[in-house]
Amino acid sequence: MSQGILLFIEQRDGVLNRTSFEAMVAAQSIAESTGEKLSAIVVGKAIAAVASDVASRKLERVYTVEDDKLAEYTPDGYVEALKQTIEKLDPRFVILSHTYQVRDFAPKLAAALGKTFVTDCVGFRVEDGDVVFTRQIFQGKISTDVRVNGNPPIFASFQAGAYRADKAESAESPAEITALDVNMSGVEIRAQSEPKFQEAKQAVDLSQAPLIVAVGRGIKSQENIEMVQKLAEAMGAEIAASRPICDNEWLPMDRQIGSSGQTVSPKLYLAVGISGAIQHVVGMKNSQTIVAINKDAEAPIFDIADYGIVGDLFDIVPALTAEINKVKGSS
Amino acid sequence: MNIVVCLKQVPKKDSILRIAAAQKWIDDRDISYEMSEADAYALEEALRQKEKHGGEVIVISLGPERVRQSIKEALAKGADRAIHLHDSIFDSAVDAAAVARLLAAALKDEKYDLIFTGLQSDDYGFAQVGLILAETLGLASATIVMEVQPQEGSVRVKRELESGWFQWVKLPMPALLTIQSGINQLRYATLKGIMAAKKKEIREVKAADVGLTADDLKPAQVIERAYLPEKTKRTEFIEGKPAEAAAKLIEKLRFDARVI
Repeated sequence: MSQGILLFIEQRDGVLNRTSFEAMVAAQSIAESTGEKLSAIVVGKAIAAVASDVASRKLERVYTVEDDKLAEYTPDGYVEALKQTIEKLDPRFVILSHTYQVRDFAPKLAAALGKTFVTDCVGFRVEDGDVVFTRQIFQGKISTDVRVNGNPPIFASFQAGAYRADKAESAESPAEITALDVNMSGVEIRAQSEPKFQEAKQAVDLSQAPLIVAVGRGIKSQENIEMVQKLAEAMGAEIAASRPICDNEWLPMDRQIGSSGQTVSPKLYLAVGISGAIQHVVGMKNSQTIVAINKDAEAPIFDIADYGIVGDLFDIVPALTAEINKVKGSS
Repeated sequence: MNIVVCLKQVPKKDSILRIAAAQKWIDDRDISYEMSEADAYALEEALRQKEKHGGEVIVISLGPERVRQSIKEALAKGADRAIHLHDSIFDSAVDAAAVARLLAAALKDEKYDLIFTGLQSDDYGFAQVGLILAETLGLASATIVMEVQPQEGSVRVKRELESGWFQWVKLPMPALLTIQSGINQLRYATLKGIMAAKKKEIREVKAADVGLTADDLKPAQVIERAYLPEKTKRTEFIEGKPAEAAAKLIEKLRFDARVI
């Protein structure tokens, strides 16, 4: 009978991805609520340091799978190695963090095993021994509780930021590390990867800005950006944007906040016409004070805002600029 | 070079979403629909590749009668023909695996070099259908693609990684790519395109054509309850006319939050 929880640990070039510890918090919590034992698995080449880091946490065992064909991440290599491992270990749950790498291989892995995969979860609850997962739909506007009817293992990935990595429990004594053999000899790696790179123009480091005024789709057209720029100038803030604005080249790419852009936590984050899609929110939700201006009172950005104004940004933004200038003039 | 584009129709982006009385899904009575955003970019990329390298763009979509509207839009923009998976039995195909199984069955006799999907849909956001389809069809795949360069027998793609990093990956064709929003600039359909679309083929595929029953499509994941998210913060809403609200907000930021 399938038992236990297997946590996938993501690493690249021997460096652990911190979101794996966020998923570990979810996995530790599922282990506690279900009575299942938690193990972790690290896949790659030269991964001893990552494995021993993971083994210092509260779990039963850390499995390692090493092979030359796993030195570099490829979907083919990871799917095959993990497929063999999961068939051998027969866990009840496989837990992952919902990273770009996991998104690239895990749906194939689950499909290759004929199992179901609940992606991008933000929470869970245990009911009669079953785990019911919470995931958001419509880009965070609606939550759902999802029940799984499929056979184990059930795959589930957790959204970045859904759990806090520093809450991962440590162990009194390190967990045992067990190397597992996989047979990769017949595996054809179809993808040839080139070295990763950053686009040259990463000129602006928004992570150091104490005040940020960010603009989103609600601004409607390029001409209107200037209005928000004036507000930012009046406040002495950096201007930033959600992805659609940068995709349209209304502001340069290095002004983008979110999963594919920069992550910031300024003293003040003023979001103008930003609905709060999760891809944006992960990049700014740790800001000290969040203000949202949006015409839709139900926009998800208000779920994380400290102050909100529901209304037409084309009226409110100039009023804010005028008010700031007035306050500055009088002080 | 022939490219299949998987299109999903979803509620319009600015729709006001309410939960239906049964609390399993949104109340869809007053909802208008559109092509899911990333799928629209996938279609645009396919059309651009066709314009450069020749071949055919085939769109495939699953859903009720209303989906035809998005299919026609794709044909008007320049897709050559379409496949519409249209059968009430398909209504139960609501998880990613069931959708992928239907797409795979409908594409069985098609010849293609590339399959494009959006990186995820704007409604369920599974980010899985494309990859399960690739696994089912035995195709190499790459996700979150920002540039596509076909070469002799292979395709070189720029994948987006996290935090502003990218990577080029080369795959043998046929391959499946999930396309990131913003990879290109979307076009509008022209009047000429709209007229030309009227003559283009839309092949209807029924349950019998793919040999699948409602039982085969039973979802392994079921939404037990849909609800509005619980707030993590208590938002203080500031009301009044623009100038009034602005003054109140600035005062709060200066003297309560003390951030400016």
